[in-house]
Amino acid sequence: MGRSAVMAPVPSKLYSDDVSLLVVLLDTNPFFWSTASLPFSKFLSHVLAFLNSILLINQLNQVVVIATGCNSCNFIFDSSSVPANPNLENGRMPALCSNLLQKLEEFVTGDEKLSKEVLAAGIGSSLLSGSLSMALCYIQRVFRTGPLHPQPRILCLQGSPDGPEQYVAVMNAIFSAQRSMVPIDSCVIGAQHSAFLQQASYITGGVYLKPQQLDGLFQYLSTVFATDLHSRRFLQLPKPAGVDFRASCFCHKNTIDMGYICSVCLSIFCKHHKKCSTCGSVFGQAQSDGNSATDRKRKTPET
Amino acid sequence: MNDMEHRKTNDGEGRRLDGEEEEEEEDEDEGNGRGLDAWERAYADERSWESLQEDESGLLRPIDNKTIYHAQYRRRIRSLYSSTTTARIQKGLIRYLYIVVDLSRAASEMDFKPSRMAVVAKHIEAFIREFFDQNPLSQIGLVTIKDGLAQCLTDLGGSPDSHVKALMGKLECSGDSSLQNALDLVHGYLNQIPSYGHREVLILYSALSTCDPGDIMETIQECKKSKIRCSVIGLSAEIFICRHLCQETGGSYSVALDESHFKELLLEHAPPPPAIAEFAIANLIKMGFPQRAAEGVISICSCHKEAKVGGGYTCPRCKARVCELPTECRICGLTLVSSPHLARSYHHLFPIPPFDEVSLSLLNNPHQRSSRACFGCQESLLIPGNKPTLCVACPKCKQHFCLDCDIYIHESLHNCPGCESFRHSKIVSVTEE
Repeated sequence: MGRSAVMAPVPSKLYSDDVSLLVVLLDTNPFFWSTASLPFSKFLSHVLAFLNSILLINQLNQVVVIATGCNSCNFIFDSSSVPANPNLENGRMPALCSNLLQKLEEFVTGDEKLSKEVLAAGIGSSLLSGSLSMALCYIQRVFRTGPLHPQPRILCLQGSPDGPEQYVAVMNAIFSAQRSMVPIDSCVIGAQHSAFLQQASYITGGVYLKPQQLDGLFQYLSTVFATDLHSRRFLQLPKPAGVDFRASCFCHKNTIDMGYICSVCLSIFCKHHKKCSTCGSVFGQAQSDGNSATDRKRKTPET
Repeated sequence: MNDMEHRKTNDGEGRRLDGEEEEEEEDEDEGNGRGLDAWERAYADERSWESLQEDESGLLRPIDNKTIYHAQYRRRIRSLYSSTTTARIQKGLIRYLYIVVDLSRAASEMDFKPSRMAVVAKHIEAFIREFFDQNPLSQIGLVTIKDGLAQCLTDLGGSPDSHVKALMGKLECSGDSSLQNALDLVHGYLNQIPSYGHREVLILYSALSTCDPGDIMETIQECKKSKIRCSVIGLSAEIFICRHLCQETGGSYSVALDESHFKELLLEHAPPPPAIAEFAIANLIKMGFPQRAAEGVISICSCHKEAKVGGGYTCPRCKARVCELPTECRICGLTLVSSPHLARSYHHLFPIPPFDEVSLSLLNNPHQRSSRACFGCQESLLIPGNKPTLCVACPKCKQHFCLDCDIYIHESLHNCPGCESFRHSKIVSVTEE
């Protein structure tokens, strides 16, 4: 897979509108994979075959893989950079796979080490917000190379459940992706649907899929997620169905149809309160300076 | 390419010399009837010598726009952040903003190409879209000043399309401009809005004078009493009365130097200003979170008054169908939003701190081996020769980022990738769902 070095400028007639940059966010959370129905090794073989097929569809396609761990995230693979160790091509596996696997192995070991240092309470989720943010920063870099660049999109291969503490960060990333017109596709491997990814795909115009038979994951990936953005309008892709945009109240975490919003901090409550529990504003009264001083002493979510 | 060759052969003698090739280039430019050669244009229009500057050793080099842009951005961020302390900022998130457009004689001046009014209309459209993007629960209204009178162009509304449509219509300039009439009109409208909303006026003033029927100082005091925050962006020069108005009401006054500066000043008003605590009464606002109606259901939509198939949202209180969110249900008056609309404003409440510049001496330290690439985009932070370039670091997670990522993170993404990618440095934010 001899690829030239970082992004040399290419004459315009080579960059037609079906060249893609695919950023794959791979969930490597060991807490999920230890109990998943599909073993991680089989999953990887599906994904590697899929990545190879992307690179074969168009010579100028680019693939970047970011691993989403439970304690850290990092870049694993970039098809446009010179392979670090060409000696890894040992005849049984192309250099792409061995590079990726080696980096992935290093990442997972590092991630596990961090697990021992951190007292994780209520863990189970992976750091989706981190890898989304890194993917978006990388895509901005691609945009900066000039008017000729591949069409970027993000594919999330997620199995771990959503971590509610990441809600604000994930929504920020989604809105930034929407502004930059980068679709976020989601392929959910886990047992339950992911509300975050449903919203992400709906807002950014991507495709959300929860495959029913994980043994055939490669089939799902190559028929649904392999096409470039321009060709998608010629295909019948899974439509967004049943995206629930209702909010949950802060007091009970129930989904509500109608609620009360604090005009200062936009916290959602299901019934009338005298005081907002998030920002401490007293409702129905003009706030004096005395009140705001006590508000600052109160423990705020930020600190 | 073919045209040029064609002309080369057909134009006969005298066109083959190298010095003449630029004239052929000029022939290719359509609509350029100035009669200057391309090499002459480089002196008259482009002024290439202005983009050079001297460096420390006295050699000439082109201006490094990137670091200048980054320095401007850092000044902006610092001034924004220094006004807030470590505590969570209180910001006016539900804003009712009136934009007052000056359509007096002065707006037809051509110092902004093609005319001040056209430039203003173009940038207001961009501002409106940006405003609703950052403040989905807020509303905008448009007012014009013409012939000494103020008229309402559009009412307060939460959908950008009606305002943009009104702006694209024919706008003519004539007569004098009257600041007092505009303020009176806006004051009357803004008194009717709910008490939890923040009242704001943004005046885009082209004239150098104001022609008022009464005492404008009284009007200014009225606005101050009603807690209306007035800001002015001038297009001509600084005027005392505008400065006085902004100082009294707590707004900001700036004068645009050219079109791009005007755009920058205008977009600075899009994010919510720091709220002055007594200005709006905190209140619980009842809102509905409608579900998307099933595909294939036929119902009459309350905004267009016609039957529509599928799509749309159902008001949870009166079950009327609305086409888009956020909106107010026309039947029962309930404000209808979806949770992403609220989430769009959360980053104003939980901003990320500005990144610190990493001093070059630290980078040259051989013990600091950690960063050879920007953490966000993996761009190398070394220029050829293994010398480090300027980069910034997050004060919380200490990761290094390049200047472009710094700007992107603070202006668009609002997440630090370093803080989000490491669990032990995670700060618990608003929990929902």
